Amino acid sequence: MKKLINDPLKVADELLDGLVEAYDGQCKKVGVRSIVKTEIPHNKVSLLVGGGSGHEPIYHGLVGTNLADGAACGDIFAAPPPDIVLEATEAVNRDNGVLYLYGNYAGDVMNFDMGAELSSEDGIDVKTVLITDDVCSAPPEKKNDRRGIAGLVLIVKIAGAASQNADNLEDLERVAKMAVLHTRSVGVSMSPGSIPATGKPTFNIDENLIGLGMGIHGEPGVSEIPMTTADDLTPKMLDLIFEDFQKDVDIDNLSEGDEILLLVNSLGATTMMECLICLRKAKAYLKEKGIVVYDTIVGPFVTCQEMSGISFSITKLNDELKQYWDLPCESVCYTKL
Amino acid sequence: MMNLSNIGTCHVNQFVTQSFKQMPRESLNLSETIEMMKRIASSIIEAEPLLTDADRNLGDGDHGLGMERGMNAVIEKLEASEPNDVSEVFKLSGMAMMSSMGGASGALFGTLFRNGGKALDGRANFDSEGLNLFLNAANDGVKARGGAAPGDKTMIDALEPASNRAEELSKSPLCEAIKMVALSANEGKDNSKDMVATMGRAKTLGEKSLGHPDAGACSVAIIIQAMSDFINT
Repeated sequence: MKKLINDPLKVADELLDGLVEAYDGQCKKVGVRSIVKTEIPHNKVSLLVGGGSGHEPIYHGLVGTNLADGAACGDIFAAPPPDIVLEATEAVNRDNGVLYLYGNYAGDVMNFDMGAELSSEDGIDVKTVLITDDVCSAPPEKKNDRRGIAGLVLIVKIAGAASQNADNLEDLERVAKMAVLHTRSVGVSMSPGSIPATGKPTFNIDENLIGLGMGIHGEPGVSEIPMTTADDLTPKMLDLIFEDFQKDVDIDNLSEGDEILLLVNSLGATTMMECLICLRKAKAYLKEKGIVVYDTIVGPFVTCQEMSGISFSITKLNDELKQYWDLPCESVCYTKL
Repeated sequence: MMNLSNIGTCHVNQFVTQSFKQMPRESLNLSETIEMMKRIASSIIEAEPLLTDADRNLGDGDHGLGMERGMNAVIEKLEASEPNDVSEVFKLSGMAMMSSMGGASGALFGTLFRNGGKALDGRANFDSEGLNLFLNAANDGVKARGGAAPGDKTMIDALEPASNRAEELSKSPLCEAIKMVALSANEGKDNSKDMVATMGRAKTLGEKSLGHPDAGACSVAIIIQAMSDFINT
């Protein structure tokens, strides 16, 4: 794989420097490897996101106006260590609590938990909400064990909006949990990404197969299905989301008249052309079912280098979530006018 | 200082060594413990391709690189600082790994060395009782942080049998105890091939994880083997 990089071991640091430049002053780098908004109002309940690098534009690209206040950035595909979580927490803290919102991966949980322990020792009030939108990674009765994938963009957008006027940390925690409960994703992978430092692929998959339920770090899927067309695959993936809403006792079915957010995400190498072809089919299929798409997002948001694959994420809206969705926002990853 | 009177109990190395520094050891003093830690680090760095392959079978293939980065940081840290006692050698190493690696490996291997090191507070030398305290505290710390139990196909499957063996052998000479402990760690690593992953990224694979050893268990086995090789050289 040809990659335009310098020292393979410095990619996480160099991309963050570039990201700060892309923000043109809206955000700054702090400490070893954290990015925070330049201006965070006094007494704000802060929102901190983060995770391994290499999935750009998330998570660090979601720092911005009416979005996250900061991000703790790990090395490529690796959770940020506790001292980076601490430095980011201190930088976003405005004495009204800090919510950690990130994807449910063992490494992230351990390191953010240790960061939270260090932050508490400094007198900072921290709470955590894990993003668990990947329906293929565990059954509904074990949904807290699920991984976080592209639905995080919708969840962080909603939590970022809610954090602007949240009275306290508990209030923001409640909205973030609601956004997680209402957001479900299904992904597929067709070919792996590679680790910049080694050039080696993150996994192997047969040319004629599609990995259903892949992880954004390139974890192999839970099942492999024959390669097929966009119009064949799209309803199959959406059906898994419908089924999940149906099976989960904690939330109502997705049914006729419901309003949703629809995100079509490319894992990196899958082109906008392919995403749009899938989106076209998804819209038609949802219309058939009487589902109202309130807003559509399409593009590469949660990527894994040159991995090819696609995911659909759906947030089932209610009045409160819709109000937070409507707030404009601005960041490198996602801007809404 | 080494306890010369006990060297005769160890017949690990058959060839006659020229200097007592190279003989099998009963216990390690501070500077020897630092050297052992560096040996551990260089063994892991050498094993990077093997660890990367092991992790690619089950995870995303970043374990070897992470461990290499962590162990390079350990060497830098030990060269830049002057640990006051054997406890600090391991605690500093754990901190260096945690900060430089991140990820699950950084948290877990950082905890292994930090917790293990804390259990050696106040001890002048690293002996078989120290090995027992180190491994058992390391094992408890890693289990508490990661939530894994034996049989989950994790580093615990090498660490737990090693710490159990170290407890049984805490009165034996260090050079003998560590050999047996390294064998237990290695057996535990091999046994992890027959386990189904239930933790971390590999858990999605379920039955597909059979047949491959856990990458973290491989690292634990290499670490303890490096200790044994150093002590018995």
